[in-house]
Amino acid sequence: MTWYEIVRDVLKRHDVSLVTYVPDNVLRPLIEAIHADPFFEAFACTREEEALGINAGAWMGGRRGILLMQTSGFATLPNAIASLAVPFQIPVVMMVSERGTLGEFNIGQSLVARTMRPVLEALAVEHHTMTRLDEVEFIVDRSIVQAVATMAPVCFILSPLLTGGKVFAK
Amino acid sequence: MAALVNHPVERDQAKVMNRYDITKRMVRLLHAEEAVIGGIGYTNFDLWAASGTAVGRRQQNFYMLGSMGLAVPIALGVAIAQPHRKVFALEGDGSVLMQLGSLSTVAARKQKNLCIVIMDNGAYQITGGQKTMTEQGADIVGIARASGIGQSAWAADEDAFVELVGRSLKEDGPWLIGCRIDNQKPVDTTERDPARIRDGFMRGLGVRK
Repeated sequence: MTWYEIVRDVLKRHDVSLVTYVPDNVLRPLIEAIHADPFFEAFACTREEEALGINAGAWMGGRRGILLMQTSGFATLPNAIASLAVPFQIPVVMMVSERGTLGEFNIGQSLVARTMRPVLEALAVEHHTMTRLDEVEFIVDRSIVQAVATMAPVCFILSPLLTGGKVFAK
Repeated sequence: MAALVNHPVERDQAKVMNRYDITKRMVRLLHAEEAVIGGIGYTNFDLWAASGTAVGRRQQNFYMLGSMGLAVPIALGVAIAQPHRKVFALEGDGSVLMQLGSLSTVAARKQKNLCIVIMDNGAYQITGGQKTMTEQGADIVGIARASGIGQSAWAADEDAFVELVGRSLKEDGPWLIGCRIDNQKPVDTTERDPARIRDGFMRGLGVRK
């Protein structure tokens, strides 16, 4: 199985059926796999903050979701995480495809990427960087359980070591 | 899409109403445990003030404390999760201007059970009354229509507001109701206890027992 098929199946097992995203090339196979499966309701949003708000509202309404984005999109989220997800104890599940490292060709991506883990640390948000196919299921499965049980957001970072990343395009 | 034919009023023709008064009128129309999301600032405070009763406080309200601009997305999320419940987003002009893309998302979702109410006083009132763009030419109802929310209208006055809210309760949305409001201070201040707000809201929606 590929990483995105594993992620799709773990989300289904945990009844995570609402998928909001701001698209990204690395996430594309996951987004396509999700759109191909009628279990999911998936759509693109105009901003990551908006998508986080939708997922937070859906959680309070009894429906589980996940927010997919790339590194630069995560950089727009600290206020929404700090003032909505964390203090209201809403287990927003986030998945970030990691740009800015291991062959990045865009200087803006490489700089903004450095803000991601410090922000997650500063807000004490549980996060895991996934680098190997054999650890994807365990990390996503256990972390969704923990997020729900502890009412805390969680962020999965998809390393280029796992996904292949985005390669230099002239 | 055409505007609502019996509500042709433009922003500058709409009566300047009082936020607490019309919030109270709206809450009075809610008889089916409709969800209401209060954006930040005075919109939020007056929702709190309008939702207290002799037998307790209305439980189906969610009060944001920060995350400016996210009332519409949060309301959309609730509406997606509970498609049989009507959901309202109460948002200020300054707040909705921060997240105009969310109006397009609501339109694209064709979210039938969602109604957005914009309290427009043309100012960031809570921070000292600095002008927003709606005081300088931007028209939220026009923006909403152009974003694809065809059922968008300015409330000409209190009666028109009540009629529009009533229609949004009976007919499919999405709806957007623009309200021009004055610069009166809110009647009360929301209790800033996020865990309690969220828990009460989830119980009010039947998600927790």
